[in-house]
Amino acid sequence: MFRSLKARLDFAVPAAATAGASGLYRPPVAGTSHALPFQRQGGEPAPAGASRSNGALAATGVSIAYTNSSTGEVTPAVSQIDLTVAKGEFVSIVGLSGCGKSSFLNAVAGLTAISGGTLVAGGVPITRPGPDRAVVFQRPSLLPWRTVLGNVIYGLELQGIPKREAHRRAAAYIDLVQLGGVEHFYPAALSGGMQQRVNLARALVCDPDILLLDEPFGALDAITRETMQKELLGIWETTRKTVLMVTHQIDEAILLSDRILVFSDRPARILAEIVVELPRPRPANVKALPAFTRLETRIWELIQETARGRGRL
Amino acid sequence: MSATPAIRLPPGRRVWRWFLDYGTGAAVILGLLLAWELAVRSGTVNPMFSSSPSRILVAGIDIARDGSLARHLLSSGYTFFVGFGLAIVAGVPIGVFIGWYGWANRAFSPLVSAFYTTPRIAMMPLFIIWFGLGLGSKVALVFLSAVFPLIVNMQVAMQNIDRDLKRVGDAYGASQWQLFRTIALPASVPFLLTGLRLAMGRGLLGVVAAEVFGGSEGIGYLIEYAGATFRIDVVFVGVFLIALFGIAMDRGLYALSRRLDSWKTAG
Ligand SMILES: Nc1ncnc2c1ncn2[C@@H]1O[C@H](COP(=O)(O)OP(=O)(O)OP(=O)(O)O)[C@@H](O)[C@H]1O
Ligand SMILES: [Mg+2]
Repeated sequence: MFRSLKARLDFAVPAAATAGASGLYRPPVAGTSHALPFQRQGGEPAPAGASRSNGALAATGVSIAYTNSSTGEVTPAVSQIDLTVAKGEFVSIVGLSGCGKSSFLNAVAGLTAISGGTLVAGGVPITRPGPDRAVVFQRPSLLPWRTVLGNVIYGLELQGIPKREAHRRAAAYIDLVQLGGVEHFYPAALSGGMQQRVNLARALVCDPDILLLDEPFGALDAITRETMQKELLGIWETTRKTVLMVTHQIDEAILLSDRILVFSDRPARILAEIVVELPRPRPANVKALPAFTRLETRIWELIQETARGRGRL
Repeated sequence: MSATPAIRLPPGRRVWRWFLDYGTGAAVILGLLLAWELAVRSGTVNPMFSSSPSRILVAGIDIARDGSLARHLLSSGYTFFVGFGLAIVAGVPIGVFIGWYGWANRAFSPLVSAFYTTPRIAMMPLFIIWFGLGLGSKVALVFLSAVFPLIVNMQVAMQNIDRDLKRVGDAYGASQWQLFRTIALPASVPFLLTGLRLAMGRGLLGVVAAEVFGGSEGIGYLIEYAGATFRIDVVFVGVFLIALFGIAMDRGLYALSRRLDSWKTAG
């Protein structure tokens, strides 16, 4: 049932190139069972080292603090984050559990209010969620009364896209996350990993400018996780979407990212910013490269340092 | 990734399962009825006070033959369904409203709690004065008995919406109405069904209480009149009919909830 993404892309890209660049959605080309809308961009090379002024996301001095509504106690979660993410860049955030990674991601999503600084996406200050951003949550958070298909089309439905069209778009992504055959299952009948893949498809199908991933593969077994990482890498290499991803897996961050931010312990600051200078597309043996291992060790040590401050070591 | 078909029990085992599910309860009831009958026949118990299953059956057939049973049933059924229906139509939206808006909750919760805990029958004299001895006062009592469990349950439903799911709705740009329609409403179904079951019980109580209180027809009146004239068998006919109706409604609502909540188990 599972056809490799690579094979499909090789097939789909030339077809896409003939389909014209405009139009939000290109109907499936005859002969392909499903075509992913983003594949129209597949042929174009990435804006190599896209200029920072062409920023998809800009944070200046962003702070987040939670106020306990009954005690009035203020917990600072994020402190003074400066960050510019270029269009098409893949940036990962690593850091200790509870340091404020999800808080920052949720602020970018427009779900959490910031208490200081400015946060701008696509030139517009972020005040609330918008169709230009989509979140893959840490917990699958599927609507339990909707089938897999119903969950995947949720965002499209809210945007008012007709059901038939939504179903057609969803089919491609359900295939992509390897859930073909269980479209009509309810979440209760899915494994945790399958639920998380629905969560991913639900965000991808909205075709956002910025994809926000909060430990998207945290709940998966090692093998499935690796497959999903490769899928995501493939998706990113074709779409060159701007991605901000939180992860606890250092190797995952290196494999996928252009840049990795190491967050300090709570309240999170950017402790270090590491540019991943590994070739793109990432070669199959990338994890065996000495540069990869060096990065891994360096990030590991940085995080360990933040843990030392907690008295954990 | 393809699903393996669910294992089906062989026919013999299925009959046995069905028997265990329904048969055990039925056997207990039948056993009790039999014991009752035997106790009366053997002279241990005076049928003057206890009647007996066979006498109840005969009395039931009698009043069914002369048409009075149908008249009482129709009257009670009418009162019940009008009151219960109005309670659903009013109670569900009111509960949703109070639960959904924080300010409405603060404003109306104390009032709802006060009503919820006051025995409604205490207001029957008022209703009779306001609506007369007929259908009006009886429906009012059923309505007020049934409406509060519905209000309270829908209110709780709105306040118990999974925050993660609400956040998903927010993240995908749902408007207030869309949040309500795609998340709050489906999430409230189990609460609605609990509310309906409670309201049903309270409503039945209301019907009987109203008819006992005053009036000239209905199962409650039948019971009251039979009691006053020492027709124990007829009293039991009324009691059993109410019990049967209650069980049927409860089963029906349970079946409905299994249907609506099929996502909890279905693949
Ligand atoms: N809604 C909230 N109200 C109050 N405090 C919160 C809230 N959300 C998060 N926090 C606190 O803010 C801090 C950062 O939380 P956050 O979820 O951002 O951590 P995280 O880095 O994503 O951790 P993890 O890796 O475990 O997911 C934590 O101390 C947490 O207790
Ligand atoms: Mg988190």
